[in-house]
Amino acid sequence: MTEIVSGTGGEVAGPPVSQTVSQTVSQTVSQAVGRAGGRAGGEDAREGARGNAGEGVVVSVPELSLVVLVGVSGSGKSTFAARHFRPSQVISSDFCRALVSDDENDQAATPDAFALLHHIVGVRLRRGLLTVVDATNVQPHARKQLIALAKEHHVLADAIVIDVPERVAAERNASRTDRDFGPHVIPRQAKDLRRSLRGITREGFRRVHHLRGVEQVEAAVMAYEKAWSDRTDLTGPFDVIGDVHGCRAELETLLGELGWEIARDARGRAVGASHPEGRTAVFVGDLVDRGPDTPGVLRLVMGMVAAGTALCVSGNHESKLARALQGRKVRVAHGLAESLEQLAAEPEEFRAEALRFMDGLISHYRLDGGRLVVAHAGLKEAYHGRASGRVRSFALYGDTTGETDEYGLPVRYPWAREYRGRAMVVYGHTPVPEAEWVNNTICLDTGVVFGGKLTALRYPSREIVSVPAEREWYAPARPLGTAVSGGRDPGLLDIGDVQGTRYVDTRFGGRIKVHEDNAAAALEIMSRFAADPRWLVYLPPTMSPPETSALDGLLEHPAEAFAAYAAEGVTEVVCEEKHMGSRAVAVLCRTPEAAARRFGVEDGTTGLVHTRTGRPFFADPALGEELVARLRRAVTAAGLWEELGTDWLVLDAELLPWSAKATRLIQDQYASVGAAAGAALPAAEAALRAAAARGLDVSALLERTTRRAANAARFREAYGRYCWPVSGLDGVRLAPFQILACEGRTPAATEPHTWHLDLLDRLVAAGEGLVAPTRRVFADLTDDASARAAIDWWTSLTAEGGEGMVVKPVAGLTFRPPAPAAQAVRPAEGTDGGAGEEGAVPAARAGDGRSPGRLVQPGIKVRGREYLRIIYGPDYTEPERLDRLRQRFLGRKRSLALREYALGLEALARLADGEPAWRVHEPVFAVLALESEPVDPRL
Amino acid sequence: MLLTITTTAVPATDLGYLLHKHPEKAQEFGQAFGTAHVFYPEASAERCTAALLLDVDPVRLARTRGRSSPDFSLGQYVNDRPYAASSLFAVTLGDVFRTARAGRCAARPELAAAEIPLELRIPALPCRGGPELARRLFEPLGWSVEAEAVPLDERFPGWGESRYVRLTLTGVRRLSDALNHLYVLLPVLDDAKHYWVAADEVDKLVRAGEGWLAAHPERSLITRRYLGRRGSLTRAAFARLAELGDETEETLEPPVEEDVAADAVRRGGPDAGSAEETGDAAGAPSGEDRAAGPEAPAPGGPLNARRHAAVLDALDELEAASVIDLGCGSGQLLRELLERPALTRIAGTDVSARSLAMAARRLRLDRMGERQRERITLFQGALTYTDDRFAGYDAAVLMEVVEHVDPPRLGALERVVFGTARPGAVIVTTPNAEYNVRYEWLTGMRHPDHRFEWTRAEFAAWAERVAAEHGYRLEYRPVGDEDPEVGAPTQMGVFRRD
Repeated sequence: MTEIVSGTGGEVAGPPVSQTVSQTVSQTVSQAVGRAGGRAGGEDAREGARGNAGEGVVVSVPELSLVVLVGVSGSGKSTFAARHFRPSQVISSDFCRALVSDDENDQAATPDAFALLHHIVGVRLRRGLLTVVDATNVQPHARKQLIALAKEHHVLADAIVIDVPERVAAERNASRTDRDFGPHVIPRQAKDLRRSLRGITREGFRRVHHLRGVEQVEAAVMAYEKAWSDRTDLTGPFDVIGDVHGCRAELETLLGELGWEIARDARGRAVGASHPEGRTAVFVGDLVDRGPDTPGVLRLVMGMVAAGTALCVSGNHESKLARALQGRKVRVAHGLAESLEQLAAEPEEFRAEALRFMDGLISHYRLDGGRLVVAHAGLKEAYHGRASGRVRSFALYGDTTGETDEYGLPVRYPWAREYRGRAMVVYGHTPVPEAEWVNNTICLDTGVVFGGKLTALRYPSREIVSVPAEREWYAPARPLGTAVSGGRDPGLLDIGDVQGTRYVDTRFGGRIKVHEDNAAAALEIMSRFAADPRWLVYLPPTMSPPETSALDGLLEHPAEAFAAYAAEGVTEVVCEEKHMGSRAVAVLCRTPEAAARRFGVEDGTTGLVHTRTGRPFFADPALGEELVARLRRAVTAAGLWEELGTDWLVLDAELLPWSAKATRLIQDQYASVGAAAGAALPAAEAALRAAAARGLDVSALLERTTRRAANAARFREAYGRYCWPVSGLDGVRLAPFQILACEGRTPAATEPHTWHLDLLDRLVAAGEGLVAPTRRVFADLTDDASARAAIDWWTSLTAEGGEGMVVKPVAGLTFRPPAPAAQAVRPAEGTDGGAGEEGAVPAARAGDGRSPGRLVQPGIKVRGREYLRIIYGPDYTEPERLDRLRQRFLGRKRSLALREYALGLEALARLADGEPAWRVHEPVFAVLALESEPVDPRL
Repeated sequence: MLLTITTTAVPATDLGYLLHKHPEKAQEFGQAFGTAHVFYPEASAERCTAALLLDVDPVRLARTRGRSSPDFSLGQYVNDRPYAASSLFAVTLGDVFRTARAGRCAARPELAAAEIPLELRIPALPCRGGPELARRLFEPLGWSVEAEAVPLDERFPGWGESRYVRLTLTGVRRLSDALNHLYVLLPVLDDAKHYWVAADEVDKLVRAGEGWLAAHPERSLITRRYLGRRGSLTRAAFARLAELGDETEETLEPPVEEDVAADAVRRGGPDAGSAEETGDAAGAPSGEDRAAGPEAPAPGGPLNARRHAAVLDALDELEAASVIDLGCGSGQLLRELLERPALTRIAGTDVSARSLAMAARRLRLDRMGERQRERITLFQGALTYTDDRFAGYDAAVLMEVVEHVDPPRLGALERVVFGTARPGAVIVTTPNAEYNVRYEWLTGMRHPDHRFEWTRAEFAAWAERVAAEHGYRLEYRPVGDEDPEVGAPTQMGVFRRD
């Protein structure tokens, strides 16, 4: 027979004492068809269970809980566990004993075995996994430790007592060869068990399921209960409404504003509301106290909740009011008196109903697949979906520090600042002048009762709707709008956001791994050299060259780039002139206000032009701001702000000349080599000529030296072409080729290159010579003549000394659709085999319904013959050198290019979606980290 | 890549005997990184010139270097080695003219012993320190030196001179001496480590330097540069040179201690008194340049030692039991902190993983006793990211760190250290820019990685604002001898939480 005995709820779920238990039980009643029926907690339950005995009793535990098996050795706990749970869910003391001693029966190892068991259980619970402890647990202190562990991780604990006759257990043990303990052991354990059963229900278990006899143990059926907070099945759309505090009129106005239709009773009182589009309202609590019509608000919201058009979490004021109505001693302050007085004028029946409603409110909800969490005072991620007194306190009162401020109000720890969870958390509790996003959390208490406004958040659109207070209904203890302790600080990132091995989920390229060592290297670069991370919303990806050309004297040629795209199913490509400058990302804001609002930069700077590693282009900030200002003028003159409906822009560009940024490199590296060659080779040539004139056989060496002298001269010409003197901004030019992101949009991922280039042509026209055009030709790869024309264009471009061109799919972001032969499509050439895990070609995230397939390279650079002299050295065109260089491997470079591309787009998308600073920083940092992967830098 | 040796001794063609290379032949000698050619552009009785041409194969060269970091592998391929008479050239010279260098000539021993008129020409000699250093090194050896800097690029006159010098040495010397001078001094002038310096380099140096190095006025620079500034080797060489010469080891010891020199190299910091240590881009500066810097030893001891002492005194006064060194670099201060038993908990953090590894080695963490080991924690962190691990210390030290942070990022550092970690006290030291005028040779800032250097007024303005914003009391202390006009070289602020 089974008994379902309600445990001491107060210890499980915290204040108010009675509430959680009754919730749990009533859910069992309403939802658990076929579960242990009847109202638990009393004789009824026992009777009900008896009635079902023949069919096998249902043991119902929370989906996330610690299940503690209790029973003597040989009672069949392990068998029971194996029958009902996955092996990974069951942690047995015997197993742990074997792990620490190589001997399941070594009792001396017991303390270490349990230390290990508790550790494993703790880790599993922290990670939100149902866990079953298979140990005798017949002594109270053993159970006490487990209950403490469960509480520490804010999960409920259920006990299942496997109660079989002593004789059965003794027989089973006797038949086992791996158990040899004395005959006294089982009787002693049985005695402990019998003693335990008297008080076990008061130990802190949510429930104790007592299975009596072999038959009942064998026939038992497991069932799982969802947590009360789990409404992940509801997908909305929602209207989340901030603290109302008895302001019924404003609530009615707000609901009207949001399109709700209010139902009224015969006396014209609002008793419910529904939305024609089927929206659901979610109240963040604090419906009551302080305001003019607490009963009116309750009547309306209770009606909505009863009709299923609204959910409501408990605020601290409901919690206290309920206790006051229950006649418990509470301090009447903070507007409680008004509520009690107003409710006193209501009929007893209404008061009882209101009490039942408020007493039954739970402290938080998880909605929409876990993507939205609503709690009165917010909730940190570790508490989402958990149940404990501490969780409830947090949800009701916030993360209080125990101190009070100068107004006598509790000081709260700014948990939202550190919040890093994926779920949006919407809350109220602390009045703020404006609802503002902080790390994907938002406080909707805009102090309507203090004369502020009543605010709602529309989900998922993130639209904020407010109505002003009709008057100040209650004088605030702390002036509204004074700094709340721990305001937002979006500029500060945490080391935990970037350090260690990380996996970054990207919408276009799947999950991308960042190795710990690479992150460590990037941390140094980021913190020593990079600009303010608030401006670093994008770092450009590296780009791969094409397969090596087989043509005489050439390493790279457009034909291979075209062939690569054709193989990917791309037919329309654009060939853009490759400017020989330095890659630049320009972040531009129309006004300082836009910079503050969108980037959280409040020092008056309005943008930044930075390098591909995130360094500002100019050491002098004034020069940088001047460049930003001139670019902004061009954007304004071109009318792009209006056209794009934005007051900020991120551009991908090349900054010219190369020497503007790279002078040091050019001097140290290229010019030095040129100078040495210029001094040495003619002298060597002269010496060899003299020797040859004497009749020595040095002709081969002489010929080779002469050729090398010519190569060196070409080398000096090659780098010299990309250098011209600049002074301040005079001589500096910026050649943009893509509009990466702007308000609410990520054109880098959505628009074809024609769109970008057309808009940017207007910027060139308005750019007063600062903005340089990007010449381009389009090619249809299905048409030989078209492809040939593009190749000719490249040939003439590079013959004039141009760097070369970049070939891109006209469509921009392109996927290779998943095909049955997808594996075969992987570039067979050039995989260097060493790519391994990190070298995997990213695929768009599966599981979001449909996978668009594998990313196609966003661009392939085809560099000119003379330009490559700078990269590969003056003599690279010598046939034997070229042959060696042709054996280059592109697999790693390609993989890196795709991973960085996916990360870059992810950063832009997060920025455009208004995600918090650390979320944008994560993929940006990852790009920098990937850049420290060893890849041949000449590619 | 090219050296010509000309003699006008009669008959000049005896040069062939001396070099063991026949004037009427062009010969080839394989090297690990290319091919050496010896030939004679002229060979008459009056005047004979031998040419050594090293044809470096950059790809083979790169392969012999092993894997390098991506930043530097670019340098491996576009490389001056095929053109310049570098340390590689010295290796070739040593190999191809081994016998001549030893001064042996079986057929004509009197020739090898004779001093003959010589002219040595190197068209492209990499020379860190410029023509001036070439003169300083060769003139004491009896050479008349003609050294002319090669311009970087005639088309860009603004770029100035390259690091190459066109060198002509003329003098009357034994050929073996001349070759040994080049063998030792080419890599010294080149000053780039192109081959792994092994222990037997000390032997090679001592052998090749026999008879001239111990007495050379620049011997300490020569020794240090030749051995790639590997401290332990340098000391071994000094000791052995001292045995050969009459002087004691002490007088030969360079004025900087081993660690300091190593750090200066690592961080590319300017060294006191000479510009020889500047601009090594490979040495990434970390958050610390405490030992290096331009501060010459002063009467009260080196400035960095006085800075350490000032910080330790402040910690004593604060009665701190736990301290975190923010920007600990390679752990010089940590070592002193560990010697103070009053400190029960010590942490060091730096943004450079490399510095931390060096600190761990220097502190011998892996050999430290358990009790001692438990006192200290090292971890990588950045002062612009909030970090729980920074919190919970009685005192935090920011010694010569803030000036390495870009001014726009200082706000983040303030909020991370003073706002979030909130130690009981913060000790900040930073250079006093006003004092820089007292370093006569100094141009610009004291360290290439300094983003700013503050005057006393600027430091005070910053410190007072930070103290007020975050609830700290502030006290200033000068470090080093105070100059009546420009103050002390280092300024220190001690912040105490209210």
